[in-house]
Amino acid sequence: MRTLIFRTAAPFITALMLLLSVFVLLRGHNDPGGGFIGGLIAVAAFAVQGIAFGVPVVRRAIYFHPMAIAGSGLLLAALSGVLSYAFAVPYLSGLWSAPSLFGVTVDVSTVLFFDIGVYLVVVGGITSIALSLEEREDG
Amino acid sequence: MAGESYQVDRAQAMIAGPVASADWLIVVPVVLPIVCGALLLMFRHRMRIHAFMALAALALVTAANASMLRRVLADGPFSMTMGGWLPPFGISFTADVLGVSFALVGSAVAFICCLYSLGDIDRTGRRYGFYAFLMLMMAGVNGAFLTGDMFNLYVWFEVFLISSFGLLILGSDKAQIDGAVKYAILNLVATTLFLIATGYVYGTFGTLNMADLARKVDGLSDTAPLMTLSALYLLAFCMKAAAFPVNFWLPASYHTPRIVTAALFGGLLTKIGIYALMRSMILIFAVERAAYSMPIAIVAGATMILGALGALAQSDLRRMAGFLVISGVGVMLSGLALGSEGGLAGMAFYALNSMVVMTALYILAGTMGAAGAGFSLHDLGGLYRARPLLAAIAFLLILAAAALPPASGLWPKIVLVQASLAEGAGWLAGAILVSGFLTTLALGRVFLLAFWRPASASLPIARVPSLSLAVLLLLLVPVLLVGLYPEPVIAMSGSAAKGLLDPSAYIQAVFPQAGGG
Repeated sequence: MRTLIFRTAAPFITALMLLLSVFVLLRGHNDPGGGFIGGLIAVAAFAVQGIAFGVPVVRRAIYFHPMAIAGSGLLLAALSGVLSYAFAVPYLSGLWSAPSLFGVTVDVSTVLFFDIGVYLVVVGGITSIALSLEEREDG
Repeated sequence: MAGESYQVDRAQAMIAGPVASADWLIVVPVVLPIVCGALLLMFRHRMRIHAFMALAALALVTAANASMLRRVLADGPFSMTMGGWLPPFGISFTADVLGVSFALVGSAVAFICCLYSLGDIDRTGRRYGFYAFLMLMMAGVNGAFLTGDMFNLYVWFEVFLISSFGLLILGSDKAQIDGAVKYAILNLVATTLFLIATGYVYGTFGTLNMADLARKVDGLSDTAPLMTLSALYLLAFCMKAAAFPVNFWLPASYHTPRIVTAALFGGLLTKIGIYALMRSMILIFAVERAAYSMPIAIVAGATMILGALGALAQSDLRRMAGFLVISGVGVMLSGLALGSEGGLAGMAFYALNSMVVMTALYILAGTMGAAGAGFSLHDLGGLYRARPLLAAIAFLLILAAAALPPASGLWPKIVLVQASLAEGAGWLAGAILVSGFLTTLALGRVFLLAFWRPASASLPIARVPSLSLAVLLLLLVPVLLVGLYPEPVIAMSGSAAKGLLDPSAYIQAVFPQAGGG
């Protein structure tokens, strides 16, 4: 698969897909999308990069071990519910705030952090599987 | 939040008042292991801290469960519904005596197994994430015991099942993979049946909240296919609990992993099947259970006798322990077949006792295997003279597993035999006694061969790690305490059985406004 055309196009495809994955993650609260599907798109981006340049390149690029990324996502998702304790509402209740940044109102919620956690779990878990499979193919 | 575009009155679907801090205890046994497991995944190369983090988390979880047990024994069940939605829209966690006592003993046993793992799990095991898997499995186990929602129960089954696959193949031997495949396929079939049944339940009742199901089931008994639903649950959970004739996955897999993993599985996982059976067949499908009482009794009798016969036929200590787990499951199922308060109390008591005793038996097998040369009864010998303390521990544990005094196994069997005689099922009482006799024979054979028989000259007896002995002594403490003073546990399992047979307090905890109806 390491043709010139593919290797030239792969970085652009990867970058675009990663951007798209974040977009899908963020629009997920009220529209189709969310952490799971966004995470899968990001994994597909890493897989494309891995097919084009080999697995070590991807491992260096994401810096952290995929399982550590998955762990951090799980932690974020679990802790996003714990914030409810301070507000005397049940675990995992959605807490909202709308701070104004540079004149733009941004809705920030614990739901969003839970979704980011899901995103990271999917990215970490499935990337780990995908990279091991690609490594086996290379070797 | 798209609050501007359409207005929905959410007040009727949301919990209005503040939630008491004490209610938060109910999520601790699930959230804490998940957080700890996540941290272990993040620091997967800092292997020194793994065991200590896991021990600390399990100690806290045990403490949380103990304090919840005190509360439910004093004040009755309590509930918290996630996300602020009112039940049955939100997923409820409901703590009652049955669930919390199982969760407490389960996490205490896991803590002790974690202590034992300090000597049993080497660097490779830690590197492959033994402690992370252990934490996630305990999150699943506690979630299954505490959840009050049928679909959520399925989710926790999946959580502990997937983690248990990881624990099972830690080391990737050929035998382990072979065992894991059998374990995985059979368990996936069971969870699929469980999921199908849950789908049908949702289609029929329009709700999956257990308390809601319990109060709606009477109104639907004429129209809904409740016999089919309860048969599906019965089959799925009997597979999980390893009841005859769907028990063959257990002896095929439980002898392959590390001893500590086998001890955890043998102690905890089949009991979750038993717990789910009690939850579904008594709390929800009580009438249907009465109709299935005879088939369940036959399955129970066959499981306990064939399990004990299987144990008698084995020469590998770990395989023998696996068959003893199955035999115990049969004894527990006899309580379900009876369905009376005494039967269910005996079932719960026996399950709690079995969690401790079966874990101890596996650890004993591991210690004997480490002292002698392997797990085969053909080779072991001379342990009585060489390791007298181990022999004493083994003797007491054998009494516990065979349900003889002074160990704790005696009392639940007495409760169950009494309950069978009270229901006029003399043959079931006979089967319980015969299975106890066969278990005594099987374990007496172990004592005879491994301890009393003179050691063969060619096999030197190795040093027994003092950690293993300490862990075994620790496990013996509750066994002997409960054996000598069983009243508190008998009262607790009685109140667990009462809570299942009369679910009004359970329903009241989830739906405080609506009352019991």
